[in-house]
Amino acid sequence: MVELSRRAVTVGAASAAFVFATDATAEEVVKIGAIYPLSGNSASAGNYEKMAMELGADLVNKGDPELAKILPLAKGGGLSGLKGAKIQMVFADNQGTPAAGQNQTLRLITEEKVAAVIGAYQSGITLTASAVAEKYGIPFLNPESVAANLTERGFKWFFRVTPVAADFARAYSAFLKEQKAAGRKVDSIALVHENTEYGNSVASVIASAFAKDGLNISMKVAYSANSTDVQPQVLQLKEKNPDAAIFISYTSDAILYAKTMKEQNWKPAILIADDGGFNDPAFVKAMGSVCEGLVSRSVFAAGKPGSVAAICDALYKKKTGGDGLDDVSARALQGFLVMADAINRAGSTDPAKIQAALRATDLKPDQLVAGYDGVKFDDKGQNILASTLVTQLRNSQYVSVWPKSRATHQLILPYKGW
Amino acid sequence: MTTTLLLQVVVSGLLLGAVYALFSSGLSLIWGMMNVVNFAHGEFVMLGMYTAVVVWTALGGGPWASVPIAAILIATLGVLAYFLLVRHIMRGPMLAQILGTFGLALFLRYGALWVFGANFKTLPDDLVGHSFILGGIRFEGSRVLAGVVGLVVTVLLHLLLTRTSIGSRMLAVSEDATAAQLMGIRPQRMQALAWALAGAATGIAGALIATFFYTSPTVGETLAIVAFVTVALGGFGSVMGALVAGLLIGVVESLSAFLIGPVYKDVIVYAAFVLVLWFRPQGLMGTN
Repeated sequence: MVELSRRAVTVGAASAAFVFATDATAEEVVKIGAIYPLSGNSASAGNYEKMAMELGADLVNKGDPELAKILPLAKGGGLSGLKGAKIQMVFADNQGTPAAGQNQTLRLITEEKVAAVIGAYQSGITLTASAVAEKYGIPFLNPESVAANLTERGFKWFFRVTPVAADFARAYSAFLKEQKAAGRKVDSIALVHENTEYGNSVASVIASAFAKDGLNISMKVAYSANSTDVQPQVLQLKEKNPDAAIFISYTSDAILYAKTMKEQNWKPAILIADDGGFNDPAFVKAMGSVCEGLVSRSVFAAGKPGSVAAICDALYKKKTGGDGLDDVSARALQGFLVMADAINRAGSTDPAKIQAALRATDLKPDQLVAGYDGVKFDDKGQNILASTLVTQLRNSQYVSVWPKSRATHQLILPYKGW
Repeated sequence: MTTTLLLQVVVSGLLLGAVYALFSSGLSLIWGMMNVVNFAHGEFVMLGMYTAVVVWTALGGGPWASVPIAAILIATLGVLAYFLLVRHIMRGPMLAQILGTFGLALFLRYGALWVFGANFKTLPDDLVGHSFILGGIRFEGSRVLAGVVGLVVTVLLHLLLTRTSIGSRMLAVSEDATAAQLMGIRPQRMQALAWALAGAATGIAGALIATFFYTSPTVGETLAIVAFVTVALGGFGSVMGALVAGLLIGVVESLSAFLIGPVYKDVIVYAAFVLVLWFRPQGLMGTN
């Protein structure tokens, strides 16, 4: 094609032919499938993740001069390893159900012919969606699902960038023991969790970590995230009145709990929310004023101006019209960048080459949007350098309070609420 | 466990049940009048909730403003749905009726997703005054208002259907439209009225629920299941049945969630539901 077009142009227009030729390759695109909850109860989080990945694609395709100084991937003009091929994101809606997640992944692979898949927010859906990719031998990168069993299936095509439940449990345990050492009462802890893959697995990992560390979980409450009412559970908590409570929830149930706790006038001295719904910007905007002092975790803190995190945060704010990166969207953007970096190094859309490039990934902390110690996968596909910060909600904004070395604010306890 | 705490659980359940009754009565009315199941019912509730959110964010108005506005808006929506859709599909087979209102549900749900976005919205929790304590039991203003209005609206609807000439005419149409027409009643007008009444009740329900619940385009799905169970348990077409069933479900749900555990509450509610239907397939207050 290139030869033909060169012949077609007149003598002396070699430079024009060159432009023509690069244009022809630049037209080529690398399709990346992304499977997220764009409808259903988690649609809010899913749409923030979608915007984060669109920003990621823009960074690769169009570039950002400031970011390009630290992150070569963001110099624009597509993937340099693939002669400037542009990245095209193909989004599919997992509708909040494992079955839809599975079907949509199948569609992305067989009909859209994507080179790789990113997804799928809910652990239960990542479980089914990644199984399809494994069967077809397509790399599946998961930026944010934390259920432990995802990397215990012996999969060859599955890569997970996020820290997992065990990392969080370790952080909470160390955090609570530190509070105990400082003289606070942490004798009874309630564990309240939604009862799908996410809530169940995180709860059981926390329970076993706490048991090992001698922290007493005095009550466990499992509930369905689609509940229309949580008053009885809050009344149960009020009756037992534990010193600390840990919630593992999605957005809709997080809102109901925050509202109902205020209605029934109950608050523990330490309230920890395991990220999830409590970190959804929609939750923070709606309920922030009645959850002052809520302790959570996050991989994201905007950090110093000029850092990758701060630049991306500003660009993301521009894209969303005000909402900055949060724990979920930062992990989505990070996941996308890891995938883009791997495809770029693979220099090909061949799944096996992308898989090999993902295995060879070695990103340093200063190149990351998320606050990890780096990105490097073990044999199971887990990022062994993933880590987390403990944050606290202050005036409707999460600030990092632990560990002390990375804290921007002093922790304030007891939990104030409203 | 103290008696006060148990009473608190029962009271919470009753208030919740009154709300269930309120948003189920419209569904029951439509079925009773026309033998049509409105699968878009949950979406009608959802739009009532968004009305309250918009009235508050744009005009700063509380439920005193949003409830009448939502009643009028959703009643209009009901009449439009009747004239533009239901009237036509009623002539088709049963499947067309089911798919017709189901299609309307999807249209409204994704329309709301497009217009309002996927984000969860909530109203400030002190919009309906603060909670108060009576006999050691806490009452939340917004829930009490919703519960009381739920009871009143459901009873009024029931009286309208059974004690007024309009009610008799509507009932006549539902039993035999041709015969009613021969008696000088216009069936379409009565059926449109049924949709308007159902819409108004549903709009009121939505605007009140929004004061203590989250609002999102898909919230209708979560609420619709409860509405269908309430209507089936109470007896299709019986507004009073919906009230009794709503209260019953609210209390059973609250008590079982408190005493046994929240993950088991649905099992217990649905087991009770199946048991009742086993002995009374027409529902608690339905007629054969």
